[in-house]
Amino acid sequence: MEVIQLLISGVSQGCVYGLIALGFVLIYKATEMVNFAQGDIMMIGAFIAFTFINLLGWPFLWGFLAAVAVMALLGALTERLLLRPMIGEPHFAVLMLTIGLGFVLRTIAGERWGSEPKTLDLPWGSAVWRFGEVTVGGDDLAVVGGTLGLCALLYLFFRFTRLGIAMQAASQNQLAAFYVGIPVKRVFGLVWALAAVLAACAGVLAPGGVIDPNIGFIGIKAFAAAIVGGLGSLPGAILGGLLVGLSEQFAGRYLWPGFSDVSAYVLLLAMLMIRPEGLFAAMQQKKV
Amino acid sequence: MRFIRKTSYAQDIDLFKHNGQRFWYGVLALAVLLAPLALDRFLLGEMALVYIYAIAGVGLMLLVGYTGQVSLGHAAFLAIGAYCHAWLLNQGWPLPLALAAATGFSGVVGIAVGIPALRMTGIYLAVATLAFLVIVEQVLSHWVSVTGGFRGMPVPKAEFGIDLSAPVAFYYLCLLVLFLSMVAALNWLRSPTGRAMAAVRDSETSAESMGIHIAYTKTLAFGVSAAFTGLAGGLFAHKIGYLAPDAFTLATSIQLLLMVVVGGLGSMHGVIYGAVFIGLLPQAIALVRDAAPPAVSQIPGLEAGVFGLILVLFLIYEPDGLYGRWRKIRLFFEEFPLYRRATYKRQKTYLRTERLR
Repeated sequence: MEVIQLLISGVSQGCVYGLIALGFVLIYKATEMVNFAQGDIMMIGAFIAFTFINLLGWPFLWGFLAAVAVMALLGALTERLLLRPMIGEPHFAVLMLTIGLGFVLRTIAGERWGSEPKTLDLPWGSAVWRFGEVTVGGDDLAVVGGTLGLCALLYLFFRFTRLGIAMQAASQNQLAAFYVGIPVKRVFGLVWALAAVLAACAGVLAPGGVIDPNIGFIGIKAFAAAIVGGLGSLPGAILGGLLVGLSEQFAGRYLWPGFSDVSAYVLLLAMLMIRPEGLFAAMQQKKV
Repeated sequence: MRFIRKTSYAQDIDLFKHNGQRFWYGVLALAVLLAPLALDRFLLGEMALVYIYAIAGVGLMLLVGYTGQVSLGHAAFLAIGAYCHAWLLNQGWPLPLALAAATGFSGVVGIAVGIPALRMTGIYLAVATLAFLVIVEQVLSHWVSVTGGFRGMPVPKAEFGIDLSAPVAFYYLCLLVLFLSMVAALNWLRSPTGRAMAAVRDSETSAESMGIHIAYTKTLAFGVSAAFTGLAGGLFAHKIGYLAPDAFTLATSIQLLLMVVVGGLGSMHGVIYGAVFIGLLPQAIALVRDAAPPAVSQIPGLEAGVFGLILVLFLIYEPDGLYGRWRKIRLFFEEFPLYRRATYKRQKTYLRTERLR
């Protein structure tokens, strides 16, 4: 029974990681930039939803949609103001820039909403189902369902829509994409808007309704998940998230204390040593 | 504008290009040597901290600025150096030996981290070092018998023959170590291995085709970088006096990265500018905090936010850092009416994927 319970909480937690990892993968797939601030953008999304739903008292659905809209705008704005000047600069410069952005967002959130944990009113609230000794929470179901749904949508988007394919083209070769008439800059703006929307969804679904300025730190674990699955692969992100979530739960139960915090990184290091390209992605040697 | 006629290779790799430089560096040396006469205890302590940052910065600059490998985990090497040094001092080792052992141990750990890191580039490496940092943090918190866990670990007084913990003595100790590190790094950079590092940074493929062993160069760079950072960690332990795991977090790593970026990547001048910058920034923030209305000064984590903001602004507007800006200003005056903006225009490299498919 204990194993099944751990399995359930591991999958639920893993979906949280997977959901954030989707945001990383989306931006990486489309712009080949790594957005280390994804976790903090998620935190901002959660706080904006909190503002609409709890502080302004809007119904959940409207508040959620409003938060999504605001986040899309913020995502596009971030790209325009911060990332656009960085096109053509080395990778690690962008990486450091997003790390800096994460710190700034955390400070802004601390100033705006305070550093005490807040609880978001969710329609599924604290609903719990019991099957024998195993309990399944409403938030578990919501996060698993939400993750599956978003994942399917994204897959279809990248596979079949013009914009999705344009995004992939822009990621593979910026200049060539520009020459064949893809508005690369606008595409990048849209990618960031989309990633911010994903982050908002993750922010509402993920932390079980508890928000504070530091929840963005799980973004780092989610990034480990994205790499374990293979950066640039959507199913990889989910699978990596599940692996990290499960390993965390089981390590916390059966290994020595403190290991559950480290297990994600141990998994990451092991993966980087054995198969640096991750479970799914296809990387090849760079040509001159 | 000064044109130097070079007649030998030795002249080309000379650390001082001409007598003007010798004069000004002499003035600088005199100034830092006589500084204790003019400054009070507090400022001397701050200067010593700047020197310690600069030693760590030398290490990080070798890795990030000259080999082109990004590490988000240098706080871990700082921690390893600090803990190792303090632990050895507690075991009764003399100070120079403990410092040397801490340096060596950090270097060995750096090589151990560098070896698996060989197969990774760019972001993968950054993330792997980040993972390493988190693991080290957990080890420091849970290995109670050696590190004291969350309770922390007292650092013995610095003494070797004489008491080195007094501000003036500690100032000179840090200055000496910084001077030696700087000379070592500069000599290293004009040696074939140092040139190989720059070649690896600029293009791995072309470096490899010229016969540079990339794996060896990168691992060595990692080890040397970690060793310098560990050395700084040893002195840092004395500076903060009491070690606890929360002194070495991701924020510390970012602070170190901020130092090399703000100073100017790929120059040893940049290390010093960056160290002065991040050494003085907390004081500046504290001053502003006192002056600002309470709504601003009460913000939790304001310092980290300001650090992040400065990092972002520098990366966007002055990627060459303070040293790059200084060079531009100097060139402007040297060529006075003829300065062209395009001289320092950066070549943009548009991205082509490394994932072919």
